[in-house]
Amino acid sequence: MLKLLQSVVHRDLLLAMRRRSDVANAVLFFVIVVSLFPFGVGPEVNLLRAVAPGVVWVAALLASMLALNRLFAADHADGSLEQMLITPAPLSVIVFGKVAAHWLLTGVPLVALAPVLAVQFDMPNDAMLVLVTSLALGTPVLSLIGAIGAALTLGARGAGVLTALLVLPLYIPVLILGAGAVDAAGAGLDASAHLMLLGALLLFALACSLWPIAAALRIAVE
Amino acid sequence: MTQPTREAATMRTSTDLAWGTPRRWSIFQFSSPQTFFPLAGKMVPYFAALALVLGAVGLYIGLFVAPTDAQQGDAYRIIFIHVAAAWMSMFIYVVMAFWAGMCLVFNTRLSGMMATALAPTGALFTFIALWTGSLWGKPTWGTWWVWDARLTSELILLFLYFGFIALHAAIEDARRADRAAAVLALVGVVNVPIIYFSVKWWNTLHQGASVSLTSAPTMAATMFTGMIVMAFAFWMYTIAAALARVRSIILERERHADWVAEYARSRG
Repeated sequence: MLKLLQSVVHRDLLLAMRRRSDVANAVLFFVIVVSLFPFGVGPEVNLLRAVAPGVVWVAALLASMLALNRLFAADHADGSLEQMLITPAPLSVIVFGKVAAHWLLTGVPLVALAPVLAVQFDMPNDAMLVLVTSLALGTPVLSLIGAIGAALTLGARGAGVLTALLVLPLYIPVLILGAGAVDAAGAGLDASAHLMLLGALLLFALACSLWPIAAALRIAVE
Repeated sequence: MTQPTREAATMRTSTDLAWGTPRRWSIFQFSSPQTFFPLAGKMVPYFAALALVLGAVGLYIGLFVAPTDAQQGDAYRIIFIHVAAAWMSMFIYVVMAFWAGMCLVFNTRLSGMMATALAPTGALFTFIALWTGSLWGKPTWGTWWVWDARLTSELILLFLYFGFIALHAAIEDARRADRAAAVLALVGVVNVPIIYFSVKWWNTLHQGASVSLTSAPTMAATMFTGMIVMAFAFWMYTIAAALARVRSIILERERHADWVAEYARSRG
């Protein structure tokens, strides 16, 4: 099973590397959206410092959501998804591999870029560390929950915006905990409670989200 | 011979009657749309009447019998609609998730139709809860909207309902749409407690002035009775509306069947 996982991840990474612009778009979107907010609320440093955690987190959420259509659509279009469904291997493993590759491609760059963007908002250093940790814990959850939405809307009309409508309410706990952690750190309080709950959400998502994704894929490819 | 589907097994066939075998009552008796349709039709008027009667009694208690509140005056009386609607919005989501589970597990058409029929009523009650909550907020808190934990959770529940309805509408094949929306409903029902607790946490941490919605710790007995009666009234309404809606859905989906053509002809 580990070999299967490895080969699925390797395949997805290879395919993504051949079209690097797809992946880069999500990351660039993240950067642009974060940079838009100062234009909206004004360049006053105290205000920006106050809204920074929320802004970075919301932008990460939106960027993660926009990249979701890459997850299954290409495979669905050329028929390889159907092949994955009829293999004797457990579908959950294949799904986990695809979501893991997706996170490596879209989640990890967000985590890496976050400190750079936090500097734009004059975030203090310890808050920045918590920001990176919260994103590192939260972006896999976003990928997993987003994969449920992506699988459900495969082949449906208006899939892009519909995925957003389905998935954003489910993202809200992650957003609350993630932005709350950074807020707490910025205010000098202990953020470990938030981070531990984020970790719990991650474990819960890992344990429970693979089944709905697999079920939704089977429904979509009947 | 192929295994007959659960639905086919419950329909009275001519061979059953010819052999004279007594048909054992099965839990799937009414899982075929054809047998459920007339049953639902008979049930709707009773539940609608119950809803009207209980609603009238509840509103009478709420508006005339219950005493004026010491702190909020008469503005509190909207809770008789607000609280009952909020309870129903959450209850309907759970019932919807139950029928979604039935749809996925037993693969019966009617379960999926039932879940689809419940969703608009659920969304309606969620909206009523939010709207009346706003109307309550203005005289008591001085503002139309406040990011209180429960109001915010209710808003997210409204988004979940919209998501369900939108996903169902976006998929062309009705049964596939039922199943996809069923998966979404189950994912949602698991998430609702998580959302509620995280919103509650968020609210208590960020709370400025204490706008405690946990009002009425010592509620007069008449107020409580009024709320319970209104909750039952809304419940009866939900059943009546869902059954009426599922009848429409049955006619729409089964329009190619003979019995529907018969029915349409008999209705003129």
